[in-house]
Amino acid sequence: MQILVFLIPVSLILGAIGVAAFLWAVKNKQFDDLEGDGARVLIDREPD
Amino acid sequence: MTALAACPGCAAAPAARALAGGGEAACDEARKILLSLPNVTCAGCIAGAEAALSAVPGVADARVNLSLKRATIRAAADVTPEALIDALGAAGHKAMRLDEASLAEGADDPEGRALLIALGVSGFAMMNVMLLSVSVWSGAEAATRDFLHWVSAAIALPVVAFAARPFFRNALAALSAGRLNMDVPISLAIVLAALMSLYETWMSGRHAYFDAALSLTFFLLLGRYLDHRTRASARSAARELTALEAPTAMRLGTGGAAEEVAVAALAVGDLIRLAPGMRAPVDGVVETGVTDFDRSPLTGESAPVAARPGDPISAGEMNLTGAVELRVTAVGEDSSLRRMADLVAAAERGRGRYASLADRAARLYAPGVHLLALVAFIGWMAAAGDARFAMNVAVAVLIITCPCALGLAAPAVATSAAGRLFRRGVLLKSGTALERLAEVDLVVFDKTGTVTTGAPLLMGGAGRDELALAAGLAAGSAHPYARALARAAETAGVAPAAVAELREVPGAGVEGRFKGRAVRLGRAEWLGAEDGEGGATWLDDGRAAPRRFAFEDEYREGAAALVAALKADGIETRLLSGDGDAAVARAVAALGFDEGVARADPEAKLKLVEALAAEGRRVLMIGDGLNDTGALAAAHVSVAPGSALDAARVASDIVVLNGDLSTLAGAFATARSARRRILENFGIAGAYNLVAVPIALAGFATPLIAALAMSASSITVSLNAVRLR
Repeated sequence: MQILVFLIPVSLILGAIGVAAFLWAVKNKQFDDLEGDGARVLIDREPD
Repeated sequence: MTALAACPGCAAAPAARALAGGGEAACDEARKILLSLPNVTCAGCIAGAEAALSAVPGVADARVNLSLKRATIRAAADVTPEALIDALGAAGHKAMRLDEASLAEGADDPEGRALLIALGVSGFAMMNVMLLSVSVWSGAEAATRDFLHWVSAAIALPVVAFAARPFFRNALAALSAGRLNMDVPISLAIVLAALMSLYETWMSGRHAYFDAALSLTFFLLLGRYLDHRTRASARSAARELTALEAPTAMRLGTGGAAEEVAVAALAVGDLIRLAPGMRAPVDGVVETGVTDFDRSPLTGESAPVAARPGDPISAGEMNLTGAVELRVTAVGEDSSLRRMADLVAAAERGRGRYASLADRAARLYAPGVHLLALVAFIGWMAAAGDARFAMNVAVAVLIITCPCALGLAAPAVATSAAGRLFRRGVLLKSGTALERLAEVDLVVFDKTGTVTTGAPLLMGGAGRDELALAAGLAAGSAHPYARALARAAETAGVAPAAVAELREVPGAGVEGRFKGRAVRLGRAEWLGAEDGEGGATWLDDGRAAPRRFAFEDEYREGAAALVAALKADGIETRLLSGDGDAAVARAVAALGFDEGVARADPEAKLKLVEALAAEGRRVLMIGDGLNDTGALAAAHVSVAPGSALDAARVASDIVVLNGDLSTLAGAFATARSARRRILENFGIAGAYNLVAVPIALAGFATPLIAALAMSASSITVSLNAVRLR
């Protein structure tokens, strides 16, 4: 059971990374145009 | 200097800055333009539209949002929306201007974002605690189990305190008003589960419900988020419709110079110019010019009315043939438009609040759940005298009966149905519109503009030569009758006669010269003829007595199909129009309505719908004009075609965006199957409770059983919702 000492912190850190990535995505308006961002992948060159 | 914060677009707008002479002054002048792009559907369209917009000089940044079908453009101050619309038109994209001011409020959705963040946080926490719980369920003992419980507590308690706030807030609000709502049992279950588990962990107990507290929070937040999304998209749809009609008017200054001003800025006594094809924005009197007005949105009459200097014009009437100058007689509070709005407000107060199926279910459910948990606690106290065990049982009952299905099932069905209808061109403006649509047993139709297109159709019986001459004259006018004559000639394969010296006489007709004779087409009075009932125009060929061309209404695509489909479902249909008896009788016969009422003014329409509602009928009102707004607001549920006036669309719950009324028959079917699906989901959730509650009451419930029952019922109802056809 000693392995828990590693595994639990590891799983918590991974979870925290997931939450942080999700928060970043929401704050960066990644969820504002789901259909459009899906379609943009197919554009050859982003006119930017 | 807050220029950067006030104008984030400038960070990406070097072009605008260069154009405006550089420096920060550009920030104040750069403008944001919103365009609606209804036909953008694919990656190619995005690239094409953005390229077309970026090519316009002065445009710094253009971004198309495919989900909203909307383009946001940041450009220099001298770029006009019209120039952008033209550029898009040249590239083959239809675009319409959106009023930025109407869209500004609630443009970004802080509440939705907060819910999404709470949902994400509780989801990740739930997964972690579930993993820890699996170790406990698979046999962790003594110190290991206590350690796992403590770790779970460290994750669950702060997350519950953060993510479940929406439920706590609503529950507190309900309790302080002395009511019970769905959020009270939810909050009680979450809080009791968390506190009881903390106590059990402290006492080295075997069962902790941290995972249950988190999965409850997660599943219910999911339902809450879906519900919010449906409501928000309904709200933004309504705002978008308003924004499509940027209300401006051409005001004439003292020197005769015209300037474009907002309608709100007009004052009594101002002079405004109204070109053909424009709607009167305010009440006024014709000062100079002669024309014809289409009054159908206000009165339902399908025949246009002539207007000369001195004639009063009401807001909402459409100028058809000649340019006129109007002297403003009433604005804002006093205008006829506002009086209609007051009618709507009064009717809406009468409609009251509709309680959705989920609300009604919660009203029965919430007290039952509390009673059951209390009975379990008292029963076990009496039987075993162990307060800790009795409390455990009560918490298990609360968790298992928690209304996941009620909270998740109804929003999941509503989201799925609203998406399906949107793809067919039916827009739901109200969250409960679908449920109300499923209950309808009587449909009241407006005539002009709703079951008819508003464009007249020539009645048969005209000779070829007459038609050729009439069509030749009609080429000189944009009057609806003239256009109808031209179309009739085209369908009959008659080439319009070559009429020379064509000249439109606004308010009268068209005159010209044909084979050396003076010929005229227009109103009976102008040609010295005696006119009868119904819409007609007269032709004077310079030889014989004037010849009459009669018109009838052209029926909208799918109107007959919709009436037939409603009849097949056993729903009664009625026609309610402000037009004359003959026109109404023709429409009743042509489309097969059960009953028709003619010459109904706005108050009469409202009274009739209210009387039907008082009889206990669930009335669906379909209308497009200002004269329908009161009736639309008073009806159980209301529908407006996309071509309807702004005020009618605002008063309606549902807007049919494509011109085909028969899509509404499909919406009926979807509404009924959505209602069936919601009731089924309540049944499924009830069945799970029927099995799990006795186990909990008997004291055999473990966190594993609670987690299984809850997840299984939530997943089943979600899948059942997605199944909607």
